[in-house]
Amino acid sequence: MAQKLVVIGAGMASGRMLEHLFEEAPGAYEVTLFNAEPRGNYNRIMLSPVLSGEKTFPEIVTHDTAWYDAHHVTCRFGERVTGIDRAAKLVLGENGPVAYDKLVIATGSTPFIIPLPGHDLAGVVAYRDLEDTNAMIAAADKGGRAVVIGGGLLGLEAAAGLQMRGMEVTVVHIMGHLMERQLDPSAGYLLQKALEARGITVLCKADSQEILGEDGRVKALKLKDGTELPCDILVMAVGIRPSTALGKEAGLAVGRGIHVDDAMLTSDPDILSVGECVEHNGQIFGLVAPLYDQARIAAKTLIGEAAVYVPREVSTKLKVTGCDLFSAGDFAEGPGREDIVFRDPGRGVYKRLVLEGDRLVGAVIYGDTTDGNWFFGLIKDATDISAMRDTLIFGPSFQGGAQADPLAAVAALPPEAEICGCNGVCKGKIVAAIQSGATTLDAVKAETKASASCGSCTNLVEQVMALTLGDVFARPTVQPMCKCTDHSHEDVRLLIKSRGLKSMPAVMQELGWKTPDGCASCRPALNYYLLADWPLEYKDERQARFVNERNHANIQKDGTYSVVPRMWGGVTTPAELRAIADAAEKYAVPLVKVTGGQRLDLLGVRKEDLPGIWADLNAAGMVSGHAYTKGLRTVKTCVGSEFCRFGTQDSTGLGIRLEKHLWGSWTPHKLKLAVTGCPRNCAEATCKDIGVVCVDSGYQIHVGGAAGMDVRETQLLTTVATEDEVIEIVSAFTQLYRETARYLHRIYKWLDKVGLDWAREQVVDDLENRRALAARFEVSQSVYRTDPWAEHARPSERAKWGPMADLTLKEAAE
Amino acid sequence: MSWIDIGALDDIPAQGARVVKTAQGCVAVFRTLDDQVFALDDRCPHKGGPLSEGIVHGSSVTCPLHNWVFDMSTGAAQGADEGVVRTYPARVEGGRVLLDAAKLTAPRAA
Ligand code: SRM
Ligand SMILES: Cc1cc2nc3c(=O)[nH]c(=O)nc-3n(C[C@H](O)[C@H](O)[C@H](O)COP(=O)(O)OP(=O)(O)OC[C@H]3O[C@@H](n4cnc5c(N)ncnc54)[C@H](O)[C@@H]3O)c2cc1C
Ligand code: SF4
Ligand code: FES
Repeated sequence: MAQKLVVIGAGMASGRMLEHLFEEAPGAYEVTLFNAEPRGNYNRIMLSPVLSGEKTFPEIVTHDTAWYDAHHVTCRFGERVTGIDRAAKLVLGENGPVAYDKLVIATGSTPFIIPLPGHDLAGVVAYRDLEDTNAMIAAADKGGRAVVIGGGLLGLEAAAGLQMRGMEVTVVHIMGHLMERQLDPSAGYLLQKALEARGITVLCKADSQEILGEDGRVKALKLKDGTELPCDILVMAVGIRPSTALGKEAGLAVGRGIHVDDAMLTSDPDILSVGECVEHNGQIFGLVAPLYDQARIAAKTLIGEAAVYVPREVSTKLKVTGCDLFSAGDFAEGPGREDIVFRDPGRGVYKRLVLEGDRLVGAVIYGDTTDGNWFFGLIKDATDISAMRDTLIFGPSFQGGAQADPLAAVAALPPEAEICGCNGVCKGKIVAAIQSGATTLDAVKAETKASASCGSCTNLVEQVMALTLGDVFARPTVQPMCKCTDHSHEDVRLLIKSRGLKSMPAVMQELGWKTPDGCASCRPALNYYLLADWPLEYKDERQARFVNERNHANIQKDGTYSVVPRMWGGVTTPAELRAIADAAEKYAVPLVKVTGGQRLDLLGVRKEDLPGIWADLNAAGMVSGHAYTKGLRTVKTCVGSEFCRFGTQDSTGLGIRLEKHLWGSWTPHKLKLAVTGCPRNCAEATCKDIGVVCVDSGYQIHVGGAAGMDVRETQLLTTVATEDEVIEIVSAFTQLYRETARYLHRIYKWLDKVGLDWAREQVVDDLENRRALAARFEVSQSVYRTDPWAEHARPSERAKWGPMADLTLKEAAE
Repeated sequence: MSWIDIGALDDIPAQGARVVKTAQGCVAVFRTLDDQVFALDDRCPHKGGPLSEGIVHGSSVTCPLHNWVFDMSTGAAQGADEGVVRTYPARVEGGRVLLDAAKLTAPRAA
């Protein structure tokens, strides 16, 4: 005779389990099915198409009344189970108890609600069931604005659905990129771009502080940085927690989920559990594929057949029409991994495969996911891929191998994209000129003026020619920036501007980088280009910096650091000298030395002491001397007219003014200045990047000197009458250098390429352009003119400079 | 193996490193862009550079002093340079970084 089976929860896992059970052993059990939701089993994952309007609820119901009747299931829908009496083998429903021989707990999980102030206001919803979905649809019917907290799978599906129903949607995500558990930053960048293209605003690294309300209803979300995002509905999709309360109260073994063994049995042999409420070997679940396997095993266990649940790899897709992404396997942890990367900037495709030895272990794909399942198969089956390794990334149909196209980034430029910044020539104009007969570089130059000035866009113009003319145009080969890309430094600089690329992943994707995150050579360069071009939007990335710039001190051969406080124009005071002496004693500094740059160097400071010594020097009014940067170093001065019998102008005063104006600025390479009071040149101004020589009638501005590996004498740029003109021309000239030079070129190298005459036209002859350059310099200085030491010496930052853990103490204690 | 918890993954900047002091010297614990962790002696076999201050790219690190590049999973120098850095088992569990204590405290061969 049939045994009594009670199932708690009519969800995706239990529905599948009952199907297996009725198929393999019809009539073995008399089933009672409880569900807290007032309905039976439906396809929960299809709530997203219901929300977006692409499907209706009846279309996603998986089991209807006829099916329950045919299998004699007693349905108790809309009734919550409140307890389990294991001794009496009774399940306690809200409307009365029912006896069981076997019990299956399939209660799924509960959305996590961040307990922000205001989380219980009307209009704050989670995204889990039909009620939530209908609440969102009702809100969208009234139009208005929605905020979604959480940039994971659920949050983005909610955002896309609400947007398709006409709401203005903002996604607030705390991490650096969207879906960080499934995607790497490159794929996350493409996804964000696609969502933004359809009108959704995405805020990453955004931390919520409070939900603001009015008359008990949500009105806005307030972020920690003070921003307020007005909204009519707020969806919280920040994660789920297994629903374990029933199991725990009944005394079953429960960890993060209800513990089950390989047969899906809980610690009570008459009670099974399946779905998101379980924990198996330390693992919990959030996608349906593994739950379906659990359902099959549980059905077998119920009919007394031995079966073993083996967790399998999962893959993720986002159900947002037009956003094609695929992520599978493990690209997150474990040693010995190698990457294969393919990017097609024109089509917005990014593919990354992660190999471990001869196996594929993970895949992240954005844009063209046709091969996703093939890769997934290789991962699941642990196929040996060594034979097809070279062409693997092109998928099963391409086992002959297309190559990444180095021209793709330029091909993707729209006609209105600017190619030649000097003369304001766009791609369309160049193409038109070529098509009407300009088939050599000189002809294009003559026709359009493109690349006729500083010449840094020559290679891009040639790429446009190659694209327009095809094979007949033989393009000279250029030196790529590094092995991660085919583009030269000059191309990358220009493309960052013309395509408006404002982040490292954006550059790497749109310009077809061949590695996932660049190398020690291109990352510092890209970081500089992004900083120089978007001072207000781009934030310096410390991990892309060489050690000295990351730690704001020069590393020494033994791993200690040297500390050089700024001495404006080489001038100091007794108080400053005393503070330096005190710091040297307090931190047992092995050597105090006068540098060639007219200031004092404290050499041999330990890394963990840096914030302390900085704080002490700050307290005496001193800031970082930036002796370590590709940026302004020193402005050397001589005593000048204030003391010297030959001095013609106040060279010391002007040097201090210049240093106070320029300090903190990042430049392609180090930038050294000097101001000398007369042509005797005691401050050695004529071997500096920029040197000012004071004369009776005013100031000669010299540029392009150096006294390092190359010794170069400066060339005269111009002579001016006032200090203010010196400041303006030096700012403009520095900005021109910052905007157009390639990383690690000092001014003389850059001038060798672009020519002094061109630079003089820009900053001396063309007054309007000079003012515009100086104004742009000032904009970036509004961000950079700060002391990095003060920032890193803050108490909250100090611990980061010491070791993460000290095991010598632990060993000593043991 | 005996795993010990040395701190939170978030204490290490992505594409960066922190050091752990041991009686035998410092161990650099690296975190890659996609949250893999690696532990290596914090001493470059070339001239003793602190690898923890290098630039991390993919699963490699470039020494800050003279730019030798090491594969962090094997500790071997890449390209023309020759040398191997000692590595230690490291893993992440529930957001915590674990190192194998047995290996860490074992005396190192000179
Ligand atoms: C401290 C100082 C030497 C001293 O004791 O006087 C110094 C020390 C270093 N110099 Fe210098 N330079 C110092 C003045 C100079 C000068 C003289 C000057 O500025 O008047 C020059 C020649 C002038 C010039 O730059 O044109 C100079 C030309 C260089 C070069 C070659 C640059 C070139 O373009 O060829 C390098 C290498 C580089 O930058 O790539 C360099 C690099 C270095 C580094 C940062 C090497 C490094 O990367 O670790 C040294 C750091 C030592 C340390 O352990 O802290 N240092 N260096 C001087 C600091 C000045 C200051 O107050 O900031
Ligand atoms: C909008 C959305 C989109 C998703 N998209 C995807 C996707 O694309 N791919 C994917 O793999 N996964 C997706 N998921 C996740 C997937 O839906 C879940 O993994 C799956 O539904 C879990 O199944 P389950 O049977 O464990 O729990 P559920 O399906 O949640 O079923 C549990 C049921 O138990 C009921 N219950 C709980 N407690 C009690 C009680 N005390 N008494 C009575 N009844 C109770 C609940 O009301 C619920 O109906 C998505 C989820 C959502 C919400
Ligand atoms: S000249 Fe400069 S780089 Fe060379 S040893 Fe002296 S300080 Fe170091
Ligand atoms: S010490 Fe590491 S490369 Fe020289």
